[in-house]
Amino acid sequence: MTDTVLTDTGPDPVVHSAAGPGAGTPHGAPGPPVVPEFSIVPVRGLPIVAALLAGLVAAIASNSLWALTFFHVGGGGLWTSIDLFLGLIIGPILGGLSVQARIEFTTRFMPKMLLIMPTLVAMTLGAGFQLARHVGNLDASYPHHGWLVASYVIVGVMAVIALGLLEPANLAVLFELKKPRPNGERIGRLMKIFVYTAGITGVLQIATIVIMTFLASR
Amino acid sequence: MSTATETTPPGAGGFGGPDEADLHQADLPPVARLATLTLALTVAGGVLMAAQYGKTHSFTAPTVLAAAAGVVLVVNVALLARAKAFAWAVFFRVFGWALLAYLVVAGILEFVFIYDHTPSHPLALFSAMLLLFAVDVPLILAFSVARWQPAPDTAV
Repeated sequence: MTDTVLTDTGPDPVVHSAAGPGAGTPHGAPGPPVVPEFSIVPVRGLPIVAALLAGLVAAIASNSLWALTFFHVGGGGLWTSIDLFLGLIIGPILGGLSVQARIEFTTRFMPKMLLIMPTLVAMTLGAGFQLARHVGNLDASYPHHGWLVASYVIVGVMAVIALGLLEPANLAVLFELKKPRPNGERIGRLMKIFVYTAGITGVLQIATIVIMTFLASR
Repeated sequence: MSTATETTPPGAGGFGGPDEADLHQADLPPVARLATLTLALTVAGGVLMAAQYGKTHSFTAPTVLAAAAGVVLVVNVALLARAKAFAWAVFFRVFGWALLAYLVVAGILEFVFIYDHTPSHPLALFSAMLLLFAVDVPLILAFSVARWQPAPDTAV
């Protein structure tokens, strides 16, 4: 594995705002931050993604109530949990770590998120639409149709936030870290967008859970 | 684990403040904002369609939203095509892979609509929206990466 040592050339708002003495080194000794070698798209995860999407297509094609419920509830539960955990737990912890620790976490974590989140979103929405149609909830004559429309609006807002802000920030951070001389201030800015938008979508997910559990209990 | 050392000259960016990529942001068109607007219009149209599923209704509002999204997308692409100093190689690399990924996602949703025997008019509208979605999201992703990469005539 090859590492690139980066020389800190001057004031870095990210370094000085969150990191204490010894920030920017693996073991607390003074020195430049090190960016580990990493892959932007974790190729080993692609077969898992392909298998899950194939399972989703099979669930839709078979109209199996169990399979559709599995993909919708399983995908939605993970999507919500990851968003909330990231925005409310990991985010604040990450902000308090040294630059070096943040770089190491980011290079290991963000590529995985690049595969996990779009897969969970496709699973949840694809299976959810088909499930609602299968059990008759999708029809406009459904007594609680208004609740369902409210959930569409929330999902729509989440989609715009996730695809318009969160995913682009995720990808931009990874490409920035691949540069010979990554810009720490820019990475900090993009990571803030990523973590805050994950938190916002997580909170919106709670509203979705309220609606979904209400509908499931009717 | 081997280590390669690279020294950054003072003031040349590195792990610090603004660099050349920051300076040339003002020259770029508002691609990310316009693409997000396209996405919002498309999603709004999709929500309207889904809300009226199974009910006889007018397609005017979703059609207008989809058309508006298409116009904004075309304008956005035209504006981006005029950008002079831009990392086109990185842009097309990210755009190509993202397009492939989002065509798969859009394809799965299209499969759902066809499998459910969605009538031709709403199916055509859903398909147009999915196409807008599958092109627009890669545009956002590719631009968001390429805007911070060194353009061919600049050195970062």
